[in-house]
Amino acid sequence: MKQENSKKFGMVIDLDKCTGCGSCMVACMAENNVPFREDDTDKLLSISWMRVYTLTNGQPFPRTEACYLPRPCMQCEGHGGHSPCVSVCPATATDYDMETGIVSQIYTRCFGCRYCMAACPYHVRQFNWWDPLWPDGMERSLNPNVSVRMRGVVEKCSFCIHRYQLAKDRAYAEDRRELEEDEYQTACAQACPAGAITFGDLNNPEHAVHQMVKPDNKHGGKPHAKNTFRLLERLGTNAKVYYLSSRDWVRHAGDNYLKNEGILKHS
Amino acid sequence: MKIDRRSFLAFVLGGAAGTALSPLPWKLTDDLAIWTQNWPWTPVPQDGEVTYLNSTCTLCPGGCGIRVRKVDERVVNIEGMQGHPVNDGGLCTLGLAGVQLLYGPTRVTSPMKKVNGSWRKISWDAAIAEVVEKLSDLRAKGLPNTVACISESDRGTVAELFNRFLTVYGSPNFIRTPSIQDSYELALYLTQGVPAMAGFDVGNADFILSFGSGFIEGWESPVYMFKANSKLRDHNGRMDQVEPRLSKTAAKSDKWIAINPGTEGALALGLAHVIIKENLYNREFVAAYSSGFEAHKKIVIDGYPPDIVAKITGVDTATITALARDFAGARKPLAICGRGKGKTPGSLQEFLAVHTLNALMGNINKAGGIWAVPEPDYISWPELGMDNVASTGMQQRRVDGAGSDKYPHARYLLNRLPEVINSSQDSPIQMLLVASANPRYTLADSQSVAKAFEKIPLVVSFSSFMDETTVNADMILPNHVYLERYEDVPAARGFPKPIISLAQAVVDPLWNTRHSGDVIIQIAKQLGGPIADAFHWDSYHACLEESLADKWDTLVEKGYWIDEEFVAADWAEAFETESGKFEFTSKEIDALPQYNPLKAKGDETFYPLVLIPYDSMRLTDGYIGSPPFLVKSLEAYILQTNDVLVEVNPTTAKEYGLDDGSVAILRTPKGNARVKVQHYDGIMPGVIAMPRGLGHSAYDKFLAGKGANYNALIDVLEDPASGYDAAWGIRARLAKA
Repeated sequence: MKQENSKKFGMVIDLDKCTGCGSCMVACMAENNVPFREDDTDKLLSISWMRVYTLTNGQPFPRTEACYLPRPCMQCEGHGGHSPCVSVCPATATDYDMETGIVSQIYTRCFGCRYCMAACPYHVRQFNWWDPLWPDGMERSLNPNVSVRMRGVVEKCSFCIHRYQLAKDRAYAEDRRELEEDEYQTACAQACPAGAITFGDLNNPEHAVHQMVKPDNKHGGKPHAKNTFRLLERLGTNAKVYYLSSRDWVRHAGDNYLKNEGILKHS
Repeated sequence: MKIDRRSFLAFVLGGAAGTALSPLPWKLTDDLAIWTQNWPWTPVPQDGEVTYLNSTCTLCPGGCGIRVRKVDERVVNIEGMQGHPVNDGGLCTLGLAGVQLLYGPTRVTSPMKKVNGSWRKISWDAAIAEVVEKLSDLRAKGLPNTVACISESDRGTVAELFNRFLTVYGSPNFIRTPSIQDSYELALYLTQGVPAMAGFDVGNADFILSFGSGFIEGWESPVYMFKANSKLRDHNGRMDQVEPRLSKTAAKSDKWIAINPGTEGALALGLAHVIIKENLYNREFVAAYSSGFEAHKKIVIDGYPPDIVAKITGVDTATITALARDFAGARKPLAICGRGKGKTPGSLQEFLAVHTLNALMGNINKAGGIWAVPEPDYISWPELGMDNVASTGMQQRRVDGAGSDKYPHARYLLNRLPEVINSSQDSPIQMLLVASANPRYTLADSQSVAKAFEKIPLVVSFSSFMDETTVNADMILPNHVYLERYEDVPAARGFPKPIISLAQAVVDPLWNTRHSGDVIIQIAKQLGGPIADAFHWDSYHACLEESLADKWDTLVEKGYWIDEEFVAADWAEAFETESGKFEFTSKEIDALPQYNPLKAKGDETFYPLVLIPYDSMRLTDGYIGSPPFLVKSLEAYILQTNDVLVEVNPTTAKEYGLDDGSVAILRTPKGNARVKVQHYDGIMPGVIAMPRGLGHSAYDKFLAGKGANYNALIDVLEDPASGYDAAWGIRARLAKA
């Protein structure tokens, strides 16, 4: 399908509004059946599709500043759908969908080689080292729209694609072909108490995300709006998650500049 | 046939090549992959009919509307209710994880009784009969006032039923758990003469000056404040944070003013000094609608010039002056206080200092200001027929001393209860009912609290969960959790309009639990006489429906009822003080001990550092324990395996030889804890900080035994003006383990 006619779902996260509360993380966990363990403090082993990082400007007291940065999957398009992770998957377990711009993950195809984890520059992908187990009775809280992942596979944020499918089904049933902007929203965008996450179709000039970033599709989706940036812009991942910050040092911390940059801490 | 080396090798190699070329290895690899992905213990969620039900979250006093998603009879998700006046679709971490509380492993599944130190399940009839027997016994002995009740709230039908029961039974000892609403109510009462709740029209303010409040970390109604903060950003408003630590609120503010801990009130008075001296205050309000201004003026002009305030607070004079001018220059400036989430009432004089700052700007009951919101008044039950025992009992003094000559203004002083019990031979409380509270965990000085509770012969918990108080109780009459029960939510904390919401049962009770409202009605009925007469309802549901009367249908349909037209009273009618005006000072206020920054307890030489707490949206610190998703979402700088991290400024850490990430022992006059050191530039040198909400001994394995409980390390610091707990920290020592 041609890019011009297709959708390109994306997200804009306003870091001036984000309070770092973690609602996006919890909403995501609840929606997507993310497992939890007795000790989830090692963040390299803990699965969280959405993670809020704390950035600091590295200045001593009292000039210290901090900012909170929620990080879902960036749903990279690369050039023509060659996302870093998609290019390396030997099992075709992950694919770039030209129709929605979402990078999929098919758990039953994944055999756990973790190439994609090495390839992803954003630490978005996580590996199930353990069986996902719920205390007795708690499995009743699981959402039937999202399959539970088994030990030995990689998982990541899906932009709640099951919500898109459900919304489309509803629309078809009502004899509609197009969805309204608010019919398909990710769990994190919906839950954010600060209203810091905006979600929609970047290709649709009427959608808030398009107006907020003014993406330049001819140049890898580069944002044209003031104070907008993407993480690791210079890698050319052509990500679909945009950030807004009025603070220079925060925007500066969004890419790997060598000297005098903010410190990215594990959340 | 002879097998020589050559034919053997040919056979093996040929066989290997043949196998490799056959589909067998690929089939086996594929099977293996499929097999390893089909563990029978990986759950497959059952599909079913999807329904959505509206309700209200009661996990904190924020009063957010929720929309619960069910698949057949299973609750699978909770979302914020779109269009709800408080949270409009947003929801906090705890509200989103609410399903985990419903299905979690720490539910109390049946009424229980402790026999020889272990829990035994008993029937509801037996449990209620036993409680009734004890109650009749105490009443027959003429000791009805030795029964007390601790509850998170004193509003709404359930709290009112408990209170009504105690009254007609003959005990004045209904005690609400402490929070900043104690201080705000008192500040409003003293200056404005009204019994009211503090509401904040934050959405219309253009400059919010927060004296240590966790404005976007759970202060008052959390989601309402988050939304207001975003609105402030949209309108290019300003929010400044006064605090010794770079909290999340400070980090997201326009200006972080690092201040010596515990001196925030002095800064407020210093700002008042500049505002009055430079004639920046609202002349109309002060001249026509206030009294006692001259006396107040004298106090701040003489006592709090910028250079003196700078010495107390550590904030330089230029910052003080500039801040005062900016604040006064804003169109709708609003000053707020109550540290963190507001779990500790704090110093009354500090609240008065901040509140009078709003008065100076005329920002009382105005758009963008602080509003006096009338107490909900929909509960009007028939008058009580008090018998002699009840009347005599009600004339006894409250056990916590609230309302006595020493503490004339305080309504509830739970912080004093442990000391009162521990200092008497026999406990003045013979029976304690605990409803929606976990005082064993949440009160300061856990050791003394535990000691006091041990002295109470019968502790009855109404909790749905095995929390610290419940584990150590003598009897449990478990309530349904909020998703299984109906209940009115009479207000949303800090919300500027009267709003009543309804929590609805979205799922049938999972266990053998019973609504606490029903249990109280049943106990009353069995006690007979005037006590039974006071509870004419057949069930709690009937009581609730009757109480909400004409609002019931709206509540069931919409989930909330709001007085949309409400605006706080005009200045001319707003004040019910003696002068009929806003009182900067009055006889009552003059009688209070003057403002003095309260010092943290502890010997400065042995405890060279000062420990302060901080609150996080990812940790609960009330009577509800953090569900697994919250603990999972904790930052690596809060918890590492089972160790809590204590923030130390790198210069302080160097002074004491504490490496980043090293294990250390934290000592305070009240206790010790094993902690890890976290170097953090955002904390004032000499001050260390730890989160509230960890160090649970009860609840499930996802929460219990992790980190240390801040409340076990601190002591009550009684506010000389009110008697409320005003502890903002304690002196501490941190040494390598």
